[in-house]
Amino acid sequence: MAHGSAGEGARDDSRHGSLSLREVTRRFGATVAVDRLSLDIANGELLAIVGASGSGKTTTLRIVAGYEPADSGSVMLDGRSIASLPPQRRDFGMVFQHYALFPHLSVAENVAFGLEARGVARADRLARAHAALESVGLSGAGARAVQSLSGGEQQRVALARALIIEPRVLLLDEPLSNLDPTLRRTMRDELRALFRRQRVTALFVTHDQEDAFAIADRVALMSHGRLLQVGPPEVLYEAPATRAVAEFVGRATIVPARDEGTHAVITIGGVERRVRIAAPGGSTGSALAVLRPEALGFAPPDWPDAWLGNVRARRFAGASYAYQVELADGVTVEVSTSERLADEGDRVGIRIVREPIAVVHE
Amino acid sequence: MHESRVETASRARPSRHYSSTAGALLLTALLLWAVAYPNAAVVAGSFAKGLDYWRTFAASPADREALWTSLWISVVSVIAACVIGVPLAFLLTRRAFLGRRVLQAVATLPAALPPLVGVVAFLFLYGESGVVTRTAQAVLHLDTPPWTLSGAWAIVFVHAYTLYVYVYLFVSAGLERYDGTLDEAAAGLGASTLRRLVRVTLPMLTPALVGSMLLVFMSSLGSFSAPYVFGGGLRVLATQIVATRLNGALGVSYVETTVLAVSAVAALVVLRWLEGRRRYVSAGKGATAARMRLRSPVARAAAPLAATFIVLILVLPHAMVVLVSFARNGAWTTQVLPPEYTLDNFRRLMTDPELWRPVGNSVAMAAIATAADVIICAAAAWLIVLRRFPGRWLLATLVALPWAIPGTAIAIGLASTFNRTDLFTLRLLLVGTFWILPLAYFVRGIPLVASATEGSLRQMDPSLEDAARGLGAGWWMVLRRVTIPAARPGLVAGATLAAIMAVGEFVASVVLYTHANRPISIDILSQLRAFDFGTAAAESTLLICLVLIITLVARVPPRAPVT
Repeated sequence: MAHGSAGEGARDDSRHGSLSLREVTRRFGATVAVDRLSLDIANGELLAIVGASGSGKTTTLRIVAGYEPADSGSVMLDGRSIASLPPQRRDFGMVFQHYALFPHLSVAENVAFGLEARGVARADRLARAHAALESVGLSGAGARAVQSLSGGEQQRVALARALIIEPRVLLLDEPLSNLDPTLRRTMRDELRALFRRQRVTALFVTHDQEDAFAIADRVALMSHGRLLQVGPPEVLYEAPATRAVAEFVGRATIVPARDEGTHAVITIGGVERRVRIAAPGGSTGSALAVLRPEALGFAPPDWPDAWLGNVRARRFAGASYAYQVELADGVTVEVSTSERLADEGDRVGIRIVREPIAVVHE
Repeated sequence: MHESRVETASRARPSRHYSSTAGALLLTALLLWAVAYPNAAVVAGSFAKGLDYWRTFAASPADREALWTSLWISVVSVIAACVIGVPLAFLLTRRAFLGRRVLQAVATLPAALPPLVGVVAFLFLYGESGVVTRTAQAVLHLDTPPWTLSGAWAIVFVHAYTLYVYVYLFVSAGLERYDGTLDEAAAGLGASTLRRLVRVTLPMLTPALVGSMLLVFMSSLGSFSAPYVFGGGLRVLATQIVATRLNGALGVSYVETTVLAVSAVAALVVLRWLEGRRRYVSAGKGATAARMRLRSPVARAAAPLAATFIVLILVLPHAMVVLVSFARNGAWTTQVLPPEYTLDNFRRLMTDPELWRPVGNSVAMAAIATAADVIICAAAAWLIVLRRFPGRWLLATLVALPWAIPGTAIAIGLASTFNRTDLFTLRLLLVGTFWILPLAYFVRGIPLVASATEGSLRQMDPSLEDAARGLGAGWWMVLRRVTIPAARPGLVAGATLAAIMAVGEFVASVVLYTHANRPISIDILSQLRAFDFGTAAAESTLLICLVLIITLVARVPPRAPVT
């Protein structure tokens, strides 16, 4: 996909649709896999559902694709319910977690499969398959056996196979989870560029928030079948709606605080700090402050208003250093700095270096 | 993990369409009728006079002897097969020596012998007037043959030769999959060779070993041709059933059949339980241990000699059958080797309609039975593996059932059920017609085709069907382009086994054949009875060729993918 073909940017995007989920529920025996989930995906939008194993994200994707029925609620494409449409009539492209490439077909036959199902003549569909392979950077691989491909190549074939039918919505199940870390980072950028270019409406699920943040326009966080929060990655990070969101997204120390409207007061070991709130307007009173590692910094122990603590551990994370610092009242915070500023066992002062911060009310 | 549980569950998806539930119902009904009903009829028949038949059975010394002999011969056969099969598997997978490749190539040869042909070959080699027997007699200057190929030990001898292949194949496969780093780890922890074998290797191989022991036991218990030909006065259950039936004591023959079937099923349950207790999955991928060269110079010198000797023993039966097929009928009397050779046997086989008929019968009946097996079992395997419907366990049990029931018992069941037409009891008169043998072959082939096909479908990534549907494929295209290609390896392998079994089938045939539909195996037996050894050998050679042809046809690769 590094070498996109010329015609792609001009592709008519009228085939792509908008997707709405309304109060979708799905039970497996006693467990509620998806619990009254409502979600909207605009035409051309990239939305990621992020959640841990068992959060119901894959079930949601399978319901949208039509492989799994919803017990109640509705799935709508461009405002019309598609509940009665079997998967083969939804015109959705899906990229499976393990790619689900047909092992007995060649790469080109795999890619052309959806066209074959639509009755496109053989010569035509193979020509289009080769063009699609070219658009994902695999020109000339058409005759190969799928077993001979590397993980990243299989991923591209699966993508080409899903895109060739010009899907109204593209669905991706953990699209990057089988790739090694280096390839994974490259593929994030390539995926986003490709989707932008083709202006597809895409819904993908992942357990990896970095994948989601790197690719998606908006991210929906799911836990135990429920939607916790949906919004642009920055909003989820800077202004989480609940403690669960704050803890799932990025690293954070959650400490008790008092919400005073526009400011929050955090007291640790008798030392009070007054900080601006990122998204004020919630109820006032007792609350929880979300302290991100990069919002904290070191200060000399005698710095006024600094919290005193001991460095318990230091970790080198490439571009930065991360420290575990134990403060008073049993609070341990994570601090990150770009330079090495302290060692294990050091007595340090901790201060807030970046405002505003997020406050949640459980 | 919850997610993976859902994924596993989704492999077998509830059928949204009534068509697959209806299909499952139809298939289950058909199998209940063809597989379960005849066996149930036998059990019911054994109680037709209350416990009278059972009392007769219990009071008969002949029956008690038959049961006891069947059981101990089977146990000894298992031991003998393991004694040959396990070391051979270790030797061929773990050691490198001169002659290994040749030995490996012929190691499975005995399994390619149709049951009766193996017996015929042993007769020519080790029988009273056999080549090996006469050679030994001449070398030792004896007046009488040094041994007679008769009685229990003769049967065990034949069993060991033909059935060790199961042990060898299973244990070799286990060793191929075996993670060699486990041995390295044990060695690194200070374990001696013997300790590694006892504490690490053998426990890991238990499932393979138990699985093959089960096969050998069941085959021995149901074995008919070896006791029939070499038994002498010895009674085993399988032959006793046929004898009792010929004497007209139907009720008692039902009791004997029930006892034989129950013994087999009991062995199955016990060994499966043993196997289940010891099933390990290696945590890592590991690597197969490399073959080691023999170290001691004596072993290195002895290995090629020993290999040559074993290869000779393994090839000899086939060679002997082929050799005798060129011997002039009646000319081979007291000589070590047949004195006169001719093409007459084959010429007559091709020109005499009476001799050609069994060949045509066997081929036609095997083709019909295998075709039916393929259609029924493909549908059954698809339903069992990929669909969820009430009564799935019943369908799965029905396709596995004929495997647990010896051929003689299956034949008696069919003979007692399809002996008249009666709509109320769903009986159809097939006994005495052509169709009873294809039916018997079909029933015996079901577990072979079904289990192989189920295996292939279980290996298929279940999201392939989803992917095809998501790309717009209707049910027919999904079936044609995705599911059938995925099932194909198992379907072909199973059909090959079923066709090989059917073309040389003897055990059920001997109970059910008529003169008009007699298969090759039955005709071989009558030629032997008439001392037309040349004709019997020519027919046996033809049977070996048919097996070879079936194997070769199955190897033809599917249409190569085109782009």
